[in-house]
Amino acid sequence: MSTIIPFGPQHPVLPEPLHLKITLKDEIVTEAIPMLGYVHRGLETLVSLKDVDQMVQVVERVCGICSCIHAHTYCMCVEGILGIEVPQRAEFLRIIWSELHRMHSHLLWLGLLADAFGMESLFMHCWRIRERVMDVMEATAGNRVIISVNKVGGVRRDLSADQIRWIRQVIDELEAELDKIKPVLTNDYTVKKRTVGVGVLTKEQAYELGAVGPVLRGSGVAQDARMTGYGAYKYVDFEPVVETDGDSWARTMVRFRELYQAIDIVRQLINKLPDGEISVKVKAAKPEGEIVCRSEQPRGELMYYVKGNGSKFLERVRIRTPTFANVPPLLAMLPGIEMADVPVVALSIDPCISCTER
Amino acid sequence: MGFFKNLVETSRVKSPWIVHFDCGSCNGCDIEVLACLTPLYDVERFGILNIGNPKHADILIVSGTVNYRNAKALRNVYDQMPEPRAVIAIGACGTSGGIFRDAYNVVGGVDKVIPVDVYVPGCPAKPEAIIDGVVLALAKLKERRSTKDTDALAEELHKAREFYANREDRKVVE
Repeated sequence: MSTIIPFGPQHPVLPEPLHLKITLKDEIVTEAIPMLGYVHRGLETLVSLKDVDQMVQVVERVCGICSCIHAHTYCMCVEGILGIEVPQRAEFLRIIWSELHRMHSHLLWLGLLADAFGMESLFMHCWRIRERVMDVMEATAGNRVIISVNKVGGVRRDLSADQIRWIRQVIDELEAELDKIKPVLTNDYTVKKRTVGVGVLTKEQAYELGAVGPVLRGSGVAQDARMTGYGAYKYVDFEPVVETDGDSWARTMVRFRELYQAIDIVRQLINKLPDGEISVKVKAAKPEGEIVCRSEQPRGELMYYVKGNGSKFLERVRIRTPTFANVPPLLAMLPGIEMADVPVVALSIDPCISCTER
Repeated sequence: MGFFKNLVETSRVKSPWIVHFDCGSCNGCDIEVLACLTPLYDVERFGILNIGNPKHADILIVSGTVNYRNAKALRNVYDQMPEPRAVIAIGACGTSGGIFRDAYNVVGGVDKVIPVDVYVPGCPAKPEAIIDGVVLALAKLKERRSTKDTDALAEELHKAREFYANREDRKVVE
């Protein structure tokens, strides 16, 4: 006999309304069906009401956690159609803020995962460390979460020499703090018990189902949109982080090692930061043509399709977000595990429902 | 009776339990609500607890716009909460629909579906502002004393006290 249990939309583990209909046989999950639409707002149609510049603020609010990268990708698209060369300093600054976003997103997620398997102290530590990153955002951009630094043609704010010195000091401290929680994540019995061997996604499955980001890299596929060298990534030396086990543990470790990678990238960018202008003037942009841009969010690959028809309003903006790609792999991970493990496995893909549904 | 009534009312305001519901938020306000619980802001030191069950909660925090699908879920969560209750709408979207107001699947602010007591502006609202909003909501909660639920709870406590006072095994044997 099988039972159907609703997981969500209002669930203590998830800050967001993800709704899964889970079919159980005794305690074992046999099937999971996602029910979406709780956060759908219809953002893409706002393109007919907001002009090219105003859309930057709209796409930032697709997802509050990785807002900077959304705005960056959108600006790359519009600049690509208009043929604008962004100043080099602006490219560097954009990536510095993007990597800071990656740090805060991964720390936030680590905390939520720890909370999902009941390790409250690790949750608190991760969020305590994260507040350092938020301080940097607030000091450099004026807001904690949605920082709105990108605009078509460059960035709105510059970093002073003092701020750069301070950021360098903060990321050094961050690295020391991460070293302190590293033994908890890598050796602790509780963490291993709940994550090792749970929610396995093989390399073939990950590839076939079109997983992206840490889910794909946790299954042993070395694919990272940052390697295409958009923005200032072409000036930075780094390798995609790969783990081969494909379980929740592997995905956790990918994200944890990416924190170190993000710190390293910010350090390299700060060392190489060129002088110069931070934006070029774009007057009454009327893009005509279409373009596709890819970038790497904390959750995986993000794709923007932008089409302009020569007026100040764009004709179409299509956003393909990483969680949208990671839902089918999640549904492949769930069958065969116990009901009590569902929250941990669901969180291990780092779901961002507001991205998915827009 | 009066003593128990005061006890219930005082403890409710001294230690409010909060349930957080995410309507169509972009996550910005949600993570700021969560940040209130973490070491830097740490509202638990004031006895404010975040819980998952609306039936345990005194205050409902709603972030984000209401859309046609989650309006029913929001109404459902609100209806399950016991009296007296207060509702806080977080962020520009929660108060009016914000930047999404013109989108086709957006009904508008939270007050289109349920009555709202406190509006916290900001995009996203800062943790300090959210804590301030909770404090304002507590003042409203305090005004709503002496409702049916409080009376019933106080009466139950009173009965329990009588019961234990009159129990045979508790009487001192001389």
